[in-house]
Amino acid sequence: MGITQILFWFLTILALVAAIGVISSKNPIYSVLWLIVVFFAISGHYILMNAQFLAIVNIIVYAGAIMVLFLFVIMLMNLNAEAEPVKNVYMKMAGIISGLTLMIVLVAALSHSDVQNTIIRPGTSIGLIKNLGKALFNQYVVPFEISSVLFLSAMIGAIMLGKKDPVKKISL
Amino acid sequence: MEIKWYLFLSIALFCIGMIGALTRRNSIIVFMCIELMLNSVNLLLIAFSKMHMATVNAFGTSMATSAQIFVFFIMIVAAAEVTVGLAIIVMMYRNTHSIDINFLNRLKN
Repeated sequence: MGITQILFWFLTILALVAAIGVISSKNPIYSVLWLIVVFFAISGHYILMNAQFLAIVNIIVYAGAIMVLFLFVIMLMNLNAEAEPVKNVYMKMAGIISGLTLMIVLVAALSHSDVQNTIIRPGTSIGLIKNLGKALFNQYVVPFEISSVLFLSAMIGAIMLGKKDPVKKISL
Repeated sequence: MEIKWYLFLSIALFCIGMIGALTRRNSIIVFMCIELMLNSVNLLLIAFSKMHMATVNAFGTSMATSAQIFVFFIMIVAAAEVTVGLAIIVMMYRNTHSIDINFLNRLKN
């Protein structure tokens, strides 16, 4: 068992435990903190697969920006742990059973496929920022610009939704 | 590592996210579970990009470059989605003083 495999299993167990922590903790703030652990584990997987740029982007965008946004919203709402209403236990059981059924079906369908024994080899420079930046600004420059328009529209939409009384402001 | 372990890890993360989205009623936690599902799919895309690394795409570069840029755009769209979704949740909290997901059925009136 090499160092790669030890790291893989460590990151896998960390990601699964933290993901279960996300959906099982009562307090939403603990959920956010568990989700940050999941994102760091997934970034570790990216580094193991030589996608260094995406690992850094994952940490900056998800753990840095999106999770801070979630924490801000939760703390602005001043939610307590007992504020969440209890869901019907039959609905809960139905959700768990359907999720586990999906997992069993997918694993059973994919465990007999041909691709399952393909070895993933480490050691390329594809994930470095030089290669990805060249590809992004040569072949993918139009989607890059369109995504900036998407960000602008998302920003305007968030401001419009977050205003105090948007209907009255528009009618003026 | 073999590709099947990444497949099974992504399936497990996706199903955990789906169970969370189906069983929780706090809309912020439901939103976080959707983020978890998005990230599991991203992880699987990166694993498949490593699998097809020797294949050459239409631009003459490796297929893995296209796959990683695809994941990058998924992250961009997810970031834009989170801003709008959180704004909707804040507006819903301001109107109903609750973030229970069942209050959303008031939209039908």
